[in-house]
Amino acid sequence: MLNINEVIETNQMIHEMNLDVRTITMGISLLDCVGKDLEETREKIYTKITTCAKDLVSTGEEISREYGVPIVNKRISITPIALVGNSVASCPKDFVKIAQTLDEAAKTVGVNFIGGYSALVSKGMTRADENLIRSIPEALSVTERVCSSVNVGSTKTGINMDAVKLIGEMIKETAFLTKDNDCLGCAKFVVFTNAPDDNPFMAGAFHGVTEADTIINVGVSGPGVVKRALETVRGQSFEILCETIKKTAFKVTRVGQLVAQEASRRLGVPFGIIDLSLAPTPAIGDSVGEILEEIGLEYAGAPGTTAALALLNDQVKKGGVMASSYVGGLSGAFIPVSEDQRMIDAVEAGALTIEKLEAMTCVCSVGLDMIAIPGDTKATTISGIIADEMALGMVNQKTTAVRIIPVIGKGVGERVHFGGLLGYAPIMPVNQYSCDAFINRGGRIPAPIHSFKN
Amino acid sequence: MKKIVITVVGKDQVGIIGKVCTFLADRSINILDITQTIVAGYFNMMMIVEAEQTGDEFIKMVDDLKALGETIGVVIQAQNEDIFNMMHRI
Repeated sequence: MLNINEVIETNQMIHEMNLDVRTITMGISLLDCVGKDLEETREKIYTKITTCAKDLVSTGEEISREYGVPIVNKRISITPIALVGNSVASCPKDFVKIAQTLDEAAKTVGVNFIGGYSALVSKGMTRADENLIRSIPEALSVTERVCSSVNVGSTKTGINMDAVKLIGEMIKETAFLTKDNDCLGCAKFVVFTNAPDDNPFMAGAFHGVTEADTIINVGVSGPGVVKRALETVRGQSFEILCETIKKTAFKVTRVGQLVAQEASRRLGVPFGIIDLSLAPTPAIGDSVGEILEEIGLEYAGAPGTTAALALLNDQVKKGGVMASSYVGGLSGAFIPVSEDQRMIDAVEAGALTIEKLEAMTCVCSVGLDMIAIPGDTKATTISGIIADEMALGMVNQKTTAVRIIPVIGKGVGERVHFGGLLGYAPIMPVNQYSCDAFINRGGRIPAPIHSFKN
Repeated sequence: MKKIVITVVGKDQVGIIGKVCTFLADRSINILDITQTIVAGYFNMMMIVEAEQTGDEFIKMVDDLKALGETIGVVIQAQNEDIFNMMHRI
């Protein structure tokens, strides 16, 4: 029989430490939606999404109320649209029409984001891939709920530098087209290397071609719970610190496992994976930066940050893996700047720079995330930042990503407010030296050697 | 029949258990266990009950209990017991 202290502990996690299930994401394959022309394809896409996901939001809410645990987001990921639109979309404008269909479908079923307006171009771009990438700025400016991602590299293929160059330009254009809305379009776009097929988190979620027709993936969270647990072991050894994180991650992940199993059963859709992630929000007490401080740093970014983050990430995985039958996605600690109050504070205190964040992404998921930079940053500089991050992922056989927002009309020291879970961000300074000649070379960086690891 | 954990948290006062028990008896819900403790000066009570209510009926019971709590001035929550078993039992 349960004891009262266990019940109180669980409910304190939920009510006082922001324990929640961050997202239930339904992956839907659109490979069977290709019609004879663009219009028929759009119709089939709309019908399939609104049929498969018609009960997603209500089921999520039902589970949330029955178990008393918040399920913050209900979302959809779909087959990368560059594949679906390959034979029917002949220009960027055609792809934008598909994006509008996705937006309508998302609104009909009531999900807050739909991810998969994507292209996988780690080795080369097809004509459709390039058209999709060129359509991203307009697609993200005319839609509300569509999220986009492009995979530009992998450990097996190297980095497609033509795509990296193009994406630098597209990010600038997206910022420009959404400048009246705090350049929000850029917050809905992420560029990856080694992108996973089953990531439930936005903006990078898509339903990989290796997946089943429909699938339920769940992203858990709980930085506040880890922080509170660590308060009880202040000053104690790394052994005790690590054990505490592991045990906490186990408990947090069990809630995700329960929600995933129930969602899968009630929707009649197979359970895919749990993404073991510490995903912060701007709410006080829901911060990864705060955990780093509790581990012993004055601010995130201080010397020791990379080591602290490495151990945190590893212990979260070790605790979470046993709690779930299938683990996948991005799994680790997220370090978005704008979505984490203590990371924002660290930037404003001058403790945390883009370069330090880059080092931190070597040991955690996922990458340079929600970073605002001056609006006059050159496209090639953005491409250079992306190339650096992609190289980290390629060489270290991990997923890395960049979600960066050049804020038009704003400079270092100013702030941009995105609102909601996306929070606000101080504009961070960017290295002013040029990488034009490097980015303009064209072609691709070869895959790295898989031996002589030094 | 599923097991439900009902928790009551708030300032201690006369009649809390009585009101919750009457609510449950009116709906033919059997109480299996009651425990109570004081945490940080707050009254904490946990009941494990067996309920036939499922789906919308269950959600309505959750809402009605919450409303009852508001009239008494305490927080009452009803949750499927599985969330606690998942977290605390391997």
